[in-house]
Amino acid sequence: MGNKQTIFTDEQLDAYQDCTFFTRKEILRLHGRYQEMAPNIVPMDYTKDPDVKLPIQLIINMPELKENPFKERIVEAFSEDGDGNLSFNDFVDMFSVLSEMAPRELKAIYAFKIYDFNTDNFICKSDLEKTLNKLTREELTAEEITLVCEKVIEEADMDGDGKLAFADFENMISKAPDFLSTFHIRI
Amino acid sequence: MSEPLGPGTRRPPGGSNDDEVFFPDANYTSPSVTFLQELPSYQSILRRRTSAGGTQDRRQNNHGFAKPPAAEKRNLVEGTGVESEAVVRSIREYALNIPDKRRLRDIQEANVKYLSGWNQWKQTRNKSWKKFLDETKELSSYLELWRNDIHSIEGKFGTGIKSYFSFLRFLVLLNFIIFVLMFSFITLPSTIPQYGVLNSSYVKVSPKGVEPQCSIYTISGTKGLVYFYTYIIDLLSGTGFLEMTSLFYGYYRIDMVHFSAIKYNVPLAYLLTTFVYLSLSLIWIVKRSVEGFKQSFVREEDPFQSYCNKIFAGWDFCITDLNASQLKHSSLKYELKTDLEEERLRQKKACRTTEEKLRIYCLRLFLNIFVLALLSGCFYSLYRATVYSQKNISNDSSKMTFEGNLFLQYLPSIVITLANFIAPLFFSYIIKFEEYSPAFEIRLTLMRCVFVRLANIGVLLFSLGNQIVCANEEKCKACGYNYKLYPCWESRVGQEMYKLMIFDFIIIFAVAVFVDFPRKLLVTYCSYKPIQWCGLQKFQIPENVLEIVYGQTICWIGTFYSPLLPAIATVKYFIVFYIKKISLMHTCRPSKKSIRASSSNFFFLVVLLIGLILAFIPLGLSMTHIRSSKACGPFVNFNSSWDVVPHTIRGFPTALQKILNGIASEAFAVPFFMVIW
Repeated sequence: MGNKQTIFTDEQLDAYQDCTFFTRKEILRLHGRYQEMAPNIVPMDYTKDPDVKLPIQLIINMPELKENPFKERIVEAFSEDGDGNLSFNDFVDMFSVLSEMAPRELKAIYAFKIYDFNTDNFICKSDLEKTLNKLTREELTAEEITLVCEKVIEEADMDGDGKLAFADFENMISKAPDFLSTFHIRI
Repeated sequence: MSEPLGPGTRRPPGGSNDDEVFFPDANYTSPSVTFLQELPSYQSILRRRTSAGGTQDRRQNNHGFAKPPAAEKRNLVEGTGVESEAVVRSIREYALNIPDKRRLRDIQEANVKYLSGWNQWKQTRNKSWKKFLDETKELSSYLELWRNDIHSIEGKFGTGIKSYFSFLRFLVLLNFIIFVLMFSFITLPSTIPQYGVLNSSYVKVSPKGVEPQCSIYTISGTKGLVYFYTYIIDLLSGTGFLEMTSLFYGYYRIDMVHFSAIKYNVPLAYLLTTFVYLSLSLIWIVKRSVEGFKQSFVREEDPFQSYCNKIFAGWDFCITDLNASQLKHSSLKYELKTDLEEERLRQKKACRTTEEKLRIYCLRLFLNIFVLALLSGCFYSLYRATVYSQKNISNDSSKMTFEGNLFLQYLPSIVITLANFIAPLFFSYIIKFEEYSPAFEIRLTLMRCVFVRLANIGVLLFSLGNQIVCANEEKCKACGYNYKLYPCWESRVGQEMYKLMIFDFIIIFAVAVFVDFPRKLLVTYCSYKPIQWCGLQKFQIPENVLEIVYGQTICWIGTFYSPLLPAIATVKYFIVFYIKKISLMHTCRPSKKSIRASSSNFFFLVVLLIGLILAFIPLGLSMTHIRSSKACGPFVNFNSSWDVVPHTIRGFPTALQKILNGIASEAFAVPFFMVIW
């Protein structure tokens, strides 16, 4: 296939194809999306692997993420420095994990990171409360929030320490029927 | 933080069991695990574990590749006994960032040199095969019907409603494939010889040893001057000029077609194609439901998972529209509140006294009896309507007015539609008194509605069958069926299915245009309180699904009697897609009680499967137990449609006959099926 694009070398595109769930066309399209967010900062020529990062404010304004209550956490989970600044690699990685073809185990790892608001490798009660508030936009009463958090910990906590470790989370997610279909962004 | 996923080992991020997991038993070390433990990324993870966790990790990871290349090579060589496939697990599935994955990939490629020639070839072959699959997948995504429409629906309304539209698309494709099958194997070989194309000739079926009165078959109203509206009636009910076209069974009165050297046995082809399309539908549906089954085998009332599922898998990440996201927020809130309410009710229920329990059980029994009585009344009225309609259709139609004639033709369809409309309303009213839990309420109402819809078709066919194989022995003695009323009964059954399908389509269209649209106008422009309280039409998924499953069951049953019916079904569902889409976007609002994608996919396919199995019954019975018409169709010289098969087998060489008899006998069939199961 003769493609005259000069954004990536063929070798880079092959590497992306092997490392993500995207095809060549989709990677080029992703680059277009990445670039149009900040045309002055992002170069068209990526053959030399430039070290360019976009700030979180730009990423969370993308139409795919705008309405998502967890948009900041998603971007932070995929950024290298944890502050939400995404390089193109992180950007592609994010959408690759969130694509339809990523397997459940991989998504579970990142979902755990997203819901772990204080990044202590546990989903504790305060993380759950924050998740719940984001989901319902703080329209539940305090009593209801406490009840629901207690129920969640009761359902998923295997080792009885009152918070969810990754093993508990993964075990619970493997039994959640909706996870694969909802934890998915189309770009 | 990112962790590599080694084959067979899972390392949880954080947690206290690192040592056990990282240093597996000395007794058990598979070569692949040893190999991966030498990977730089793995080594750096080890190093990371011992240092403080947090955001330094990633940066450390980058610096961690300072191992001397010689050492790496040594380690790689040690692991040469590795089975290449275990290692070439997709790099994509590792939870590393892209630069790390690239390095892993480079190592894998470098490692290829140390593999034997055979493994190398296998690996390159696997890779090119994967590339080929990816490219075909990409191409086929362009061919995917309605890709953009469904994408935008998903963004606006979430995956629950999107699954309804995917289901509709699946049915369009299924019907199209069935149409292609029927057309190429039945209609085409039957019509080609009549134009003498391709050096073909045909042998028409001549009735042998049949009573003369059984083979009289005239179609009224096509000769001479007829009123113009007769054509419209004919078009809408499949009578008159449509009856003798390839649309219906009666046209295929051909025994054998000769294409130069090949002889094509039309009756056998007719029967076999029927079996093929039924089994194709069955296999396709089962395949689709197995895919969904794996993901969704959690009971709705599972008390162990519902909250977790709602919190962690509740938000639909596909939603991009502001209104949809507000709707999703409120529906999640509503769901959580309902769950808490249900919890409270459950606790209350546990404290019920025996007196109260007795009262409730008596009430439930009474209501169920009432439901049964209502259903019997429904079925009886359908039976009488069908009998009346059938008796009076054959009367001279010129005596009746246009409306009267049309009404008579469509009487059974009208009764069915009324029953399908009233019964669900009634069910959702009485379920409140039965005091079940909300989830069970929904399921029970749904099951009752499914039953009503499909049983209606069954009753219609039963009453038709009764008419055909008459109760009164006299009328049927000569030919085995009621030849006076039904000289060609298969065409008549085909016509009834045709009418049901057309009427179904008219109703869907009429409701969308004459009910939903004015309702939207009223609600938007009139601020009268009761109207505002009534609100817009809600897009109820279960009801919509039942509607299209009902139509599909009719199609499956009717295709045997009317081979071109799937084409009509394809066009119908194609148009219904756009009607429903426009209706959803503009005149309806999605209901707050959202249906979840996983359970919905499974539910749609289960209901469809029930419809298919229901379709098997009348087809099987009529193919084996009712004498086929002597006046029309390909099976004139056989006792029943099924008789073609034994007749053909008798024409095979004896050895083959013996084998086939052996396969069909119980001694073989039962163990065979048990083994497959």
